[in-house]
Amino acid sequence: MSTPAHEALDRHATPWLFATALATTAPHFMHQPLWLSAVAGAMLLWAVWQWWKDVRLPGRWLLFLLVVGGSAGILGEFRTLFGRDAGVAMLVMFMNMKLLELKSRRDAMVVVTLGYFLLLTHYLYSQSIPTGIWLLAAMWLVTATLIRLHGGPSSRPRETLRYAGVLCLQAIPFMLVLFLLFPRIPGPLWGLPSDAFTGKTGLSDTMTPGSIAQLVQNGDIAFRVRFDGPLPPRQKLYWRGPVMEQFDGTTWHLYKGRQPTAQLESLSPPIGYETTLEAHNERWLLALDAPVALPAESLLNGTLTAISRNPINERKRFRLSASLDYRLNTSEDPAVLRRNLALPASGNPQTRALAAQWQAGNRPEAVIAKALALFNAEFTYTLQPPLLGQHGIDDFLFRSKRGFCEHYAAAFVTLMRGAGIPARVVGGYQGGEFNPLDQYLVVRQSDAHAWAEVWLAGMGWVRVDPTAAVSPSRIETGIANALAFGEPLPMLIQMRADWIRTLRYRWEAINNAWNQNILGYDPQRQRELLARLGLPDTDWRSLAIALGSACGLLVAGLMGWALYKRPEGDPVVRLWHKALRHLARRKVDCSPWETPLDLARRVREQRPELAEAFQRVVDAYLVARYGNTDQHLKTLRDAIAQLR
Amino acid sequence: MGIVATLQQKLFRWRSDGTAPLRLGQRRIFIIPSRGGLLYALALVVMLIGAINYNLALGHALVFLLAGLGIVGMIHTFRNLHGLIVTPGRSAPVFAGETAHFQITLDNDRPTPRPGLELEAESGNPVSATVNRKKGAKLKIPVSTQNRGWLDLPRIRLSTRYPLGLFTAWAYLQPAMRCLVYPQPIAAPLPLASPTPVGGERSGDGGQEDFAGFRERQPADSPRHVAWKASARNAGEGPLLIKQFAGGAQVELMLDWQLTDPVLADETRIGILTGWVLAADAADAHYGLRLPGVDIPAGSGERHRQRCLEALALCLP
Repeated sequence: MSTPAHEALDRHATPWLFATALATTAPHFMHQPLWLSAVAGAMLLWAVWQWWKDVRLPGRWLLFLLVVGGSAGILGEFRTLFGRDAGVAMLVMFMNMKLLELKSRRDAMVVVTLGYFLLLTHYLYSQSIPTGIWLLAAMWLVTATLIRLHGGPSSRPRETLRYAGVLCLQAIPFMLVLFLLFPRIPGPLWGLPSDAFTGKTGLSDTMTPGSIAQLVQNGDIAFRVRFDGPLPPRQKLYWRGPVMEQFDGTTWHLYKGRQPTAQLESLSPPIGYETTLEAHNERWLLALDAPVALPAESLLNGTLTAISRNPINERKRFRLSASLDYRLNTSEDPAVLRRNLALPASGNPQTRALAAQWQAGNRPEAVIAKALALFNAEFTYTLQPPLLGQHGIDDFLFRSKRGFCEHYAAAFVTLMRGAGIPARVVGGYQGGEFNPLDQYLVVRQSDAHAWAEVWLAGMGWVRVDPTAAVSPSRIETGIANALAFGEPLPMLIQMRADWIRTLRYRWEAINNAWNQNILGYDPQRQRELLARLGLPDTDWRSLAIALGSACGLLVAGLMGWALYKRPEGDPVVRLWHKALRHLARRKVDCSPWETPLDLARRVREQRPELAEAFQRVVDAYLVARYGNTDQHLKTLRDAIAQLR
Repeated sequence: MGIVATLQQKLFRWRSDGTAPLRLGQRRIFIIPSRGGLLYALALVVMLIGAINYNLALGHALVFLLAGLGIVGMIHTFRNLHGLIVTPGRSAPVFAGETAHFQITLDNDRPTPRPGLELEAESGNPVSATVNRKKGAKLKIPVSTQNRGWLDLPRIRLSTRYPLGLFTAWAYLQPAMRCLVYPQPIAAPLPLASPTPVGGERSGDGGQEDFAGFRERQPADSPRHVAWKASARNAGEGPLLIKQFAGGAQVELMLDWQLTDPVLADETRIGILTGWVLAADAADAHYGLRLPGVDIPAGSGERHRQRCLEALALCLP
């Protein structure tokens, strides 16, 4: 198919398309397999070379081979052509391949539309503020490309970019209106591909020595909390995740069977709070111990973990309340107690021996005290414990004596079970960092923690945190102060200089505001906002009316601007007419044939009080209109101002 | 007038706009999404579904921003035509089969340029234009010709897709312009010149040889014939003077309808006569033209040639 001359792409428009392709596909480099980025980059370079040397475009069969080869590569890499990552990879490849066959303006339109589409795909991976800014800039560039395509060769790059900026700015009011008023449909509309939510970090439902230590090295935010009242004391902030009751010698597991319902007796008034969980792909809500009121679509399981019906695979907000002092299951099911006394048939003989020795003639409270005293006296809290052998807990308790919270929790629970006290490991987070700027408590992955719970007759399940015995500062001030310098903690939380901390607080507060108000704008928030605007109980119909009228107003405003014709003519003459209007208001009309000097003479006769001021206007007017300079506009304007 | 014709007139201005300059108002301008615009809209719908499905707040924002951009683009496309001033110009006569060029001036009194304009009288043959800020652009619209006679400028479509190409805005123009189409010349040997001057003893005017005196210059006279020295004598007071020559015993060539073969079709005969006129003019001959109902006395020069060709273009045998 040949291209008509006027539809052909002019040579100097092509670099804009290269820039578009680069700006919209390059950020995917960060999470794509390397070979794919290399292929895409090579195709872009090929297209540029081809343009530079002005050589013929590759033939149809070659392009076909490229498409087939690229698709086969993607199929091999992702095992599908459709999921999220494979789909994005296909788009990136097509984008760069399309550059090899740019002939007509229509080809260019395909590139531009694909470019706009690719912008969206970046949000699948990140919706942070920097991504937003980068994509806004990329959109500006793509729009400039579009203008360049239709403006022809006469448009200069700077003007094109400026005009694109004007268009994008004018589009922003529409975006705001649509963003606020467009009826939000809670997604997903259909099952998401299985790779939709990969790569999220968080607690897992098992615990082995080292699993939490690894998580702690991640500075990402796990969740943010805003309390209705004052911040509770730090050492009470235990955020409960999975409770692990089964031990196979090295790994602690969740009990998957049926659990009796938890009987909770709260001993202190409830504290209300709102938590915003980052996606972690598990179902627990990481509620503050002990949760007394839960959001809809969630429940409390037998081990006091708040569980959501669906996995938390995107940032979500929940309202909860907690009672800091409580009693849990004072009368426990014997099956549960049996489960929490079980130890593997063999292994860790020294630990068992020690526990048996403690059990003889001691009350449970005394056994617990002995264990904590042991930890306190001889143990070190570190992220880098030595490797443990086959009898891990023996090795830890009697030889290395260095470990992280999961070592202490595991050893403590093993000791307790050996001494006949029902005990279990609780995973979750402890503490958090209070940001004074926006009053949010930020809990990071580095606050991940494991502790123990023991069951005592008459008291139910009681929290015992062996880490507190080893390193009290971990609980009271946070992990950064509890570890020796040089431990592999995230840079972010190691920096303790005040100005860095203030900067970080500010950045995180901005991010949080972004998350809460923009990313977290959901049907619920939309209803709240509309109620505040005086539109309570909105349904889609009233939303559509509001949306339609707002957009109509915007369009009308823009049309007014488009149809508005600037006043024509010499500014001096316009100013003179303004002066005449002033005179007319004072009942002195100027006849069409009257010269300014004649008029001035008449004003002196009829309105002597105006004469002096008007004479100045006439002088300034004559100089401005007939003088050989542009400098007198201001004099004239001032003279007219005095006429008033 | 039928309903269709009325509608055409009301909606599409299927009638002459006269010869006066014309400013495009909003009632003349039509706008619909272009093919690129439909592709864009489709992409937006898919993107919106994606944004809902993956619950991407920024995806929503992007889609809404792009939708806003589309609306803004529509208004800017409309604005690229709105207020443009169209002034009909001239058109030089052409021979049938050649392409006639109608000159049209587009004026922009806005302080921003208007790129990406396209004017099209026949589909598939548009003229592109950019009118710079506060400037005018003279354009020649090509129209192919077939028959001799007056060719009226067909309805012109003035369209633009600038800036974003998502919408096509257009206006129909029909300025009263026509172009004279001369018959297509057919090459044939000139008839023999008649040795006796036609018209008796009268010596032809406008010869080239003997100086015969001065006369006042008329607008049709070539500046080359102005007697500058003689005119300068009364230094700008009187009119410019033209030297007149008398031809003396010049041979006159009368190109007569009767000289062509009567068995040929009328149009062929006219074509032959046209060829003769061109050949005689090229040979700098002194020639006249006689057609049914038309008699042009012998003469020569550009004006004479035009007169003959015009008579041939409009002749009704």
